Amino acid sequence: MSNSVLVAIDGSAGGERALQYAKERAKLGGAKLLVTYVIEWSPYTFNTPEENAERHVRREQEIEKATSSVVAPAVKMLKAEGIACEPLVQHGPPAETLIKLAEKHDVKQIVIGRRGQSGIKTLLFGSVAGNLIQTSPVPVVVVP
Amino acid sequence: MNKVIPALFTFLLLSLPAHAGFDETINELTAPIASAVGSFVFFKIPLFGAQLPMVVLWLVIGAVFFTFYMNFVNITGFRHAIQLVRGDYADPDSPGEVSHFQALATAVSGTVGIGNIGGVAVAVTIGGAGATFWLIVAGFLGMSTKFVECTLGVKYRNENPDGSVSGGPMYYMRKGFEERGMGGFGKVMGTFYAIGIFIGALGIGNMFQSNQAYVQLNTVAGGALDGLGWLVGLILAAVVFAVIIGGIKSIARVTEKIVPFMAVFYCLFALIVILMNFTAIPQAIANIFAGAFTGAGVQGGAIGALIIGFQRAVFSNEAGIGSASIAHAAVRTPEPVTEGYVSLLEPFIDTIVICTITALVIGTSQVADPNFAGDATGVAMTSAAFERQIGWFPLPLAFGALLFAFSTMISWSYYGLKGWTYLFGEGQMGQTVYKLIFCAFVALGCMVQLGPILDISDALVFLICVPNILGLYILAPIVKQEMTSYMARVKSGEIKKYGH
Repeated sequence: MSNSVLVAIDGSAGGERALQYAKERAKLGGAKLLVTYVIEWSPYTFNTPEENAERHVRREQEIEKATSSVVAPAVKMLKAEGIACEPLVQHGPPAETLIKLAEKHDVKQIVIGRRGQSGIKTLLFGSVAGNLIQTSPVPVVVVP
Repeated sequence: MNKVIPALFTFLLLSLPAHAGFDETINELTAPIASAVGSFVFFKIPLFGAQLPMVVLWLVIGAVFFTFYMNFVNITGFRHAIQLVRGDYADPDSPGEVSHFQALATAVSGTVGIGNIGGVAVAVTIGGAGATFWLIVAGFLGMSTKFVECTLGVKYRNENPDGSVSGGPMYYMRKGFEERGMGGFGKVMGTFYAIGIFIGALGIGNMFQSNQAYVQLNTVAGGALDGLGWLVGLILAAVVFAVIIGGIKSIARVTEKIVPFMAVFYCLFALIVILMNFTAIPQAIANIFAGAFTGAGVQGGAIGALIIGFQRAVFSNEAGIGSASIAHAAVRTPEPVTEGYVSLLEPFIDTIVICTITALVIGTSQVADPNFAGDATGVAMTSAAFERQIGWFPLPLAFGALLFAFSTMISWSYYGLKGWTYLFGEGQMGQTVYKLIFCAFVALGCMVQLGPILDISDALVFLICVPNILGLYILAPIVKQEMTSYMARVKSGEIKKYGH
């Protein structure tokens, strides 16, 4: 198993805390960080024909935006501190996609930030952290 | 654009005081054109005492031909279609593009509409129970036509400089015919199709829908909206305006999310009504089969039932009209034929499942109580059949009909737009003009008596089947080649199966 850690960020404060935590761990253990942004997307939504026609362009814009405004600055910051890292941006359902990426890149650990959403919202839609903890093949760290 | 909107609404408001007279003027002006166009398109040949419109015959022969020519792809391709929609063949490395499921859902939202609720009632009223049988047969055959047209839609689409795509029959006729050395002919056919789909988008995809939505609302409101068609029309137009011009995606998204649930909700309650009428089920089914071959009590007998069944099926699932191929062309896939497979599920869902269920609701009600609906026809008849068993159902049904109408309008606004941009280019200004015209017609649909205008639009939508099916015949060998090559690669494992 490679000595790498997947850290999920999304531009939120929780993602920022996850990144800080992963950075500190990486400094201690010399792990490589996979700086990952999952753009929430499902193949089972309902769209208008116009949305479908524009989808390809939108997808590229979404990837470009996530990369330039969130992932690239994080990678730059990490590199400046001498930490090995790699950017990853992908569409998909968050928990499922993080697990797929963790398996694909053979990571040791997944680090995510806590969203701190309300009970009702979690009851209705579940939480990424909850799903991840239940199904992840590697240990998950949820940074509060 | 800021100047155009007030102008549009001023125009609409000005037309209000003269409402009644306006109706009559339009009717008087258009009636002769309508009857001329109608009698040309629906030119009927007498057959065993029934009148068979040529255009229906043209569609049926096409559907039968494609079913045989594509080796019964409507049966042999069914399982593969489901696997594609389930995402079994989705490339895990490129998520975020339009999925097969989304393509199907979008196309189904465009076709599931008033026709599934009201059109079936019309078919059963005119063609008897036996029309249901032929409706199902037409749905089954229509699956093959859809397969061919949607494959071509993807194969010959245009990629615009801004990265969006435009496709549909006008594109496959122009480009496909050119490949076969018939460039001039293809251009003429493509232009003709584009004009037809544009006008159709203002008629059956627009005025007919808004009109029926208004009629439904008024019925449920117990006539409280009499004479307020202009108000309902303006509200509907404003909502459509917000979606297609204002770019308020949330409204569209909400509708597109509710529509599938409404469809499931509708089918569920229809099944409940059918079960509540369970003693009538065997007789209702027997009537369908008996009527299909004897045509008892129907003008033109079994052939009469067949004609009505086929006509309503085409109206409902749009196979052969080519509209779905415009919707499917938006999907980015390296294999055009996969969209063909997915699309063959549309007539199945629309006609074989939903229309048949409606027909059984009406059929079982008729067996239980032959006069259950009184004089009601169309949507009102279906509504009465539900009301017999579930008293409160007409209200959600009207709401459902309104949403179906709305989502059909949104889909057709896109089909018409693609006809428009084919003719006038992809410029933003032109597109806005088209969208304004579209909104104006939404409002008009609730204000005027449809009669002759709708006849013209109907006739034109059927008329574009003529070049479309002709194009499908000419280009069918290409589709067959694609299908054979694709299936060989699926079997050999060259095209990988990922999920399940």
